[in-house]
Amino acid sequence: MMTDLNSLGLSGARDALRKGDTTSKELTEACLAAIEGAGALNAFVHHTPQIAMDAAAAADARIAGGDAPAMCGLPIGIKDLFCTRGVPSQAGSRILEGFLPEYESTVSQKLADAGAVMLGKLNMDEFAMGSSNETSVYGNAVNPWRRGNDDAALTPGGSSGGSAAAVAADLCLAATGTDTGGSIRQPAAFTGTVGIKPTYGRCSRWGVVAFASSLDQAGPMTKSVRDAAIMLEAMAGFDPKDSTSAERAVPDFEAAMTGDIRGKTIGIPREYRMDGMPDEIEALWQDGIAMMKDAGAKIVDISLPHTKYALPAYYVIAPAEASSNLARYDGVRYGHRAKLHQGDGITEMYEKTRAEGFGPEVQRRVMIGTYVLSAGFYDAYYNRARKVRTLIKRDFEQVFDQGIDAILTPATPSAAFGLGEMTDADPVAMYLNDVFTVTVNLAGLPGISVPAGLDKQGLPLGLQLIGRPWEEADLLSSAYALEQAAGFVAKPGKWW
Amino acid sequence: MSIDESTAARVAKLARIKVEPQALPALAAEFNTILGFIEQLSEVDVEGVEPMTSVTPQVLRRRADEVTDGNQQDKILSNAPDAREGFFAVPKVME
Repeated sequence: MMTDLNSLGLSGARDALRKGDTTSKELTEACLAAIEGAGALNAFVHHTPQIAMDAAAAADARIAGGDAPAMCGLPIGIKDLFCTRGVPSQAGSRILEGFLPEYESTVSQKLADAGAVMLGKLNMDEFAMGSSNETSVYGNAVNPWRRGNDDAALTPGGSSGGSAAAVAADLCLAATGTDTGGSIRQPAAFTGTVGIKPTYGRCSRWGVVAFASSLDQAGPMTKSVRDAAIMLEAMAGFDPKDSTSAERAVPDFEAAMTGDIRGKTIGIPREYRMDGMPDEIEALWQDGIAMMKDAGAKIVDISLPHTKYALPAYYVIAPAEASSNLARYDGVRYGHRAKLHQGDGITEMYEKTRAEGFGPEVQRRVMIGTYVLSAGFYDAYYNRARKVRTLIKRDFEQVFDQGIDAILTPATPSAAFGLGEMTDADPVAMYLNDVFTVTVNLAGLPGISVPAGLDKQGLPLGLQLIGRPWEEADLLSSAYALEQAAGFVAKPGKWW
Repeated sequence: MSIDESTAARVAKLARIKVEPQALPALAAEFNTILGFIEQLSEVDVEGVEPMTSVTPQVLRRRADEVTDGNQQDKILSNAPDAREGFFAVPKVME
């Protein structure tokens, strides 16, 4: 009997299952026990132990029969943004309280078909709008990492904060996340885990609660780059139910992951050197550059001149799409409906329902989106932002045309900050968390965050690699080289 | 561009979100902070640039015009806050 089965990653557990060293039942029980003991992290917000044990039994039978896929029998968490049949799927919002989907998202169905075991649903910022998990109706998810001996609670990042906390604390082997402006990569960086946002169109968005449809992508959050390769392969693939899903074959990402980057050209964008960026982030970036160079890559300084305008463009486009997508929450078809007074008509029903059901950040973004799309402002804001988006994508195309294989940047402008520390800051200060990640969504590219070091307070920091469209296999291979060179093995001390 | 309270109230109305009058000054101030940030976009020369419609070059797929599902009224109504006699129910719309 092995100990701490829940601390295994996907590849380790898969290999143990195939050798017969453990069973899915044992793995699942270990994770369920870990979840039971981790209430303080508030990562799992809907628990599905019975579904998990049934899936584990089925997986064990399948493994015994031979020829089980890689994810078979592996216990994972699912972000609350994914609709899961018969299981609460609230997107972290009060407005979807009580909603029990009659259908299953394509990504979670693919994982289930591959034999993965769902342990429950994971905390997140409301409708994936946030960078600290503080906008969730379930309350804050808490980062298992702390600053040295300081017991101040830190954010696991957002919006996939519950996913990141759960993976970092070994409550599950891996988790699904989604990323609209950095919501996989920023929490991964804050928790010493790996997160990849694939190329737009690689994973189906069907059954994933929509935030900004032209930017949203699902991806895995894992304990290693190899695990990310394994899980992404299971999540990805063409889906006729998503009109933006790409009709492309999914490569064997794990097999392609050689970690050999000799002869590859890595671009270092000068615009990512921000004023006021902490020295430790700059030092980490320089370390990463040295590691890639030592591994045989050619390092080239590049320019992505419109970088500065990515966040402002994002804060037009994403709220505009959100205001449209969230119009469906009207208190008629599903979720919360406000109590009405005598004489209230349908307009009062809409307005009261949405005021009660949406939290402040969601209300703010819906209204900003409404404003930038309103008559008289559509050209000045929305169309201009879409033109800037074209320029941002062109910046990347130009450097890829120059022979750049991947781009190395910091993942975040800081380490994890304290929960509540940003409460009095203006909303824009929080938005700056995504300054290094949001360009990738606007350009539809794949990006991965890899843990690369610790800051002076003992908190993890991540580096981001950005790849060419559809070349996740190559990106994962470069990320594997970075992971091996960085040798990040630290884990948070258990206090919960 | 500066948003005053009456503009904030108009936007809230368009978005169908009830905002109490006493909350309008703070809301207008937040809008102004965010719009001030967005205002940077006016520095960019976008002359002759096409607004992006699709981040990956693709033509919207078509499928055969045929019924692929249906007959699931119960499932569609199962999450409704108020469903009666096979319909979604809402407050009276017409007098």
